[in-house]
This record gives sequence, C-alpha cells and structure tokens, in this order.
Amino acid sequence: MFGFKNLGNNDTRSGFGVGLVEVASKNKNIVALCADLTGSLKMNDFKNKFPDRFFQIGIAEANMIGIAAGMTIGEKIPYTGTFANFSTGRVYDQIRQSVAYSDKNVKICASHAGITLGEDGATHQILEDIGLMKMLPGMVVINPCDFNQTKAATIEISKYHGPVYLRFGRPKVPNFIPKNQKFEIGKGIKLVEGNEVTIVCTGHLVWHALESADFLKKKGILAEVINIHTIKPLDEEIILKSLLKTGCIVCAEEHNTIGGLGESIASLIVRNKLAPMEFVGVNDQFGESGKPSDLMKKYGLSTESIIEKCYKVLKRK
Amino acid sequence: MTSIQKLVFQVRRDIVRMVHANNSGHPGGSLGCTEFFVVLFFDIMKRKKEFNMNGYDEDLFFLSNGHISPVFYSVLARAGYFPIKELSTFRKINSRLQGHPTTHEGLPGVRIASGSLGQGLSVAIGAALSKKLNDDKNIVYSLHGDGELQEGQNWEAIMYAAANKVDNLICTIDNNNKQIDGDLKDVLDLGNIESKFQSFGWFTINLDDGNNLDEVRKAIQTAKENCFNGKPVVIIMKTIMGNGVNYMMGSHKWHGVAPNDEELEIALNQNPETLNDY
Repeated sequence: MFGFKNLGNNDTRSGFGVGLVEVASKNKNIVALCADLTGSLKMNDFKNKFPDRFFQIGIAEANMIGIAAGMTIGEKIPYTGTFANFSTGRVYDQIRQSVAYSDKNVKICASHAGITLGEDGATHQILEDIGLMKMLPGMVVINPCDFNQTKAATIEISKYHGPVYLRFGRPKVPNFIPKNQKFEIGKGIKLVEGNEVTIVCTGHLVWHALESADFLKKKGILAEVINIHTIKPLDEEIILKSLLKTGCIVCAEEHNTIGGLGESIASLIVRNKLAPMEFVGVNDQFGESGKPSDLMKKYGLSTESIIEKCYKVLKRK
Repeated sequence: MTSIQKLVFQVRRDIVRMVHANNSGHPGGSLGCTEFFVVLFFDIMKRKKEFNMNGYDEDLFFLSNGHISPVFYSVLARAGYFPIKELSTFRKINSRLQGHPTTHEGLPGVRIASGSLGQGLSVAIGAALSKKLNDDKNIVYSLHGDGELQEGQNWEAIMYAAANKVDNLICTIDNNNKQIDGDLKDVLDLGNIESKFQSFGWFTINLDDGNNLDEVRKAIQTAKENCFNGKPVVIIMKTIMGNGVNYMMGSHKWHGVAPNDEELEIALNQNPETLNDY
C-alpha cells in the first residue's frame, strides 16, 4: 500500500517502553515516574534496568506531576507515565501551574488514550486530552501513529527542552512507519502524494487513512495523506501546501472533534484560504465499553468513515 | 539592633508599601512569616550569589502559599537576587513581580510558580530527589499555609516523602489558624497537625512562637540536625497573621486587603526605616 507494509501489529505503548529504555541508556538525566501502572505503560524494562532512576509514586497523579516538575531542578528529565485520562484532566491544574507556566522540562507520557482502551469504558477512556493539552501555552502535543513512530518520538522529545504531552495507546495496531524514519517535532509527514483531496491524520487513524487512500485510488481518486504526529506546534506549511493542490480536506483522529487536531486545522484554514473540510472524530460524546475495533466502528473512527467523508468533501468543492 | 532585626523592620515596610501601592496583595500572611523568611535566607540557607535554576551545591527554597509573595519578593531583593527598586513594580503590568510568584517572567530566586494551592510540597520533594540523584547534600526548604493543607495533594506528598525517606527536606507550616473565610477550625478543622504528620512518619518540630527570631533560628537548626535521618522534617510554626502591624495582628480580614493611606502611615510608624526604602 503506497510502499507501506504492516511490519506486524504492535502497541504504541510498547514503542514508548522500548524508546524510553533506549534514550535512558544514553542520557543519565532521564528519570521515569509512574502512578501504579508500570506494566500498562510498558515501563518494566526501564524499572529493571535503571532502578535508581525509576520512581513509583503510587496512585497519586497530582503528586507525580509536582514531583516531576521539582526534579527538573537539578537537570533531570522526568517522563511521567499513567493513562491519558489521569495524565491530563485529573491533573490539569498541576500541569498548568507547576509544569507549563513554570516552563519545566517534563514529558507527560500518556497511554490508553482515546476510545481504543476498550472494555474499561468511558471512565478510563479520554477523548478530550488533546484539547486540554494544546490549550496550555508552550505545551508540545504529540500523538504518534504506530510502534516505530512512538519509539522515535519518545527518544526525540528528550532533546527538546520544555513540556511535552506524548499520547499513545493500548491496542495492537499495524506498525508501518520505517524503523529509521527521522522524527522531527512539529514536522508533518506526507505519506501519499495526491491532488484531489487531502487527508490529514494522527494516531491510530493514520493506517486507516492509508487504507482509505488505497480504496479511493482504485476508484480513480488521488488522495494526499499527511501524517500530523505533532498537533502542537502544527506544521501549517505542509497542510496549506497540500490544500492549495487539492482544495478540500478531511481530518481523522481518535478524539472529540471539539478540541482536536481537526479544530486546529479548521482554524488554520479560516485564517488562510477557505476550503471545504470534514471531520472524522468522536462527535462530542463519551465512549463506552466494548472491543476496540467495535468501538472504532460505532463511533465513526474507521476506514469507511474516512472514505465517506472524502466523498462528502469532494462534493462540496 | 542586629542586622537581622533591621531586616525584619525593613521587610515589613516593604510589604505594606508594596501592597498599599497597588491596593492589592496579601499583607497578613506575609507579615506573619517575615521573621521566618529573614532568618532562613540570611542566617540559615547556603545560597550562591548568582541565581541558577538548577541550584547545584546550595540549599533551595520553595514557597507553596504563593499569595504571600510580598515577603518573598522583599527578602529576595534584600538578599541581592534582583534590584531592590524593582519592588515598586509589584503587581503592575510588565513586571517580573507577578501577583503570585512565577518563573515565567524570569525573576531570579523563584524556581516554581505557586498560587494555586497545595502543589509546592510535591515540587519540593522532586527537587530533594533530584539532589539525592546528583549526590548533592544540601537541603530543600518549603513553606506552606496551614489552610493550604486542606488541599488533598499535600497528603499524597506527605505520604510519599515519608515512605521514600526524603530526609533532605524541611517543610514548614505557617500555622496562623486563619484562612480567607475565617478561623481554620470554623472553615475546615485540620485537627492536630502534628499528630497527622507523625502518623504519616515525619519528624515533627513545634515552633510555638514563629515571630520570635531566636525561636525560629533554634527550630530550623533543630530541623537541620534531624535531616539525613531517614525521615522528612516538618516545623509547625505558630505565627500571628499581620504580625508587626498592630491593627492587622490576629485578624483574617487582612489576609488579602491593602491598607489605605492612613493605615499605611500607622504601619510605617510602627516599623522604622532601618535600611533604605525601595
């Protein structure tokens, strides 16, 4: 599919776990904090390899964020790990004051983001976290799409000085980004060249966007697929450039359409050149229990939805 | 008059003048903690002349109850972190001296933003852990309001520090028994603060008169002697809100209210200019 091959299903959280160990073996200042979810966050290898640099905080996320902020004083680079819901909404004020407003070099690493956490239901899923984090001045927001990209992002953020929200997930999904692809914060990646419709996608929806483009190609429609892994700062150039060519755009993300990547793009379009746009995302709803694949389908986060929105936006051109 | 006593008078003057100049700010808690700040910064802490965010090889201080920024700013300025005349910019537009302390404007001496209550102890613990990782044997100090202990994050932090033997940390509670809505016991009674800390596993020190310079010095010295002993240390410091300005003393009404012109004059008359006013 456009030169991309599924190298085998894997979870993005494992990409984080592997990346964390790799970057920590090179940089002694990296420390990791976890709020009683070491296994779920795939932080066990880090804990075993660097026991002195691993901090088990217990079920106390507010304290974890504060401790992480404090540890930056003395040049540590803390990576905090818990579910996305408990990494953001639960500790918003701690992140806002002790991390973002205080300009602290904390990496907030959040697994089980979106709806694909599955059976645990809406208390543990979160579809608002991108919005919460991107609103904080100075916060970098990254949502990688597969194992390889998550691993690369985990390593790359250590080189950036400042607060970062790194969002990844639980299910095993196709791993297709080339292993050695360079990860650049704030730089989108054109995965497929096309000239009729632009599909901007992030996270788990990227593979589905490729499938959609493949389907459309067979129908004679050339879609351009752009992977935006960094939601903030947004790579405006790559999106506007594509839009000049295609004249319409679909954004696909595993997030509430309110506050998500799509909203950032809509704002970009309004400020530059108006073009029809459609959103693939959750429509201002909480999730529910179920198998990840069933939930993705029910909430319109599927290849079929992307294709449908592409047809719709093409008609509006 | 000793240089420390002189500083106390001058810091009190700074506090009431700063708050008066804007008709905003928090004089009550600031005045109550003046002796503590002066002793800590001028008698106790190992400090480097040049401010460095990472604070290697020196003691660190974190203010959790950020609303008492007037005393913090005055002491930082008098300790040489920034020009004393900058105190005149307090709470004004384009100032580094925000209503509540922040690192965001680059004010030397401040290492964390505070104001939204209950976050400072976690931060201080983090800095103390960082010191341990860096094999830096200096001490991390923090100050908190007693009403602030109503915030749950404190108890997460108190539990963590004891369980993990964060023993390079001296946390002081400003126990003036007052908060915005009135007496602590009427708003939300904290019960026995000392026994709570003890039951969590802290080494506790009672400071019965936190407005007495010798008592403050003695309490912090005792706290220092008990560091690196497997337990975090807390000083429960009884103070009088508004101390040093007679009409403010002991009343929660002066938590966040500025004196008017006449009240300022009275306050200044009670606190002679010992060093130069800003």
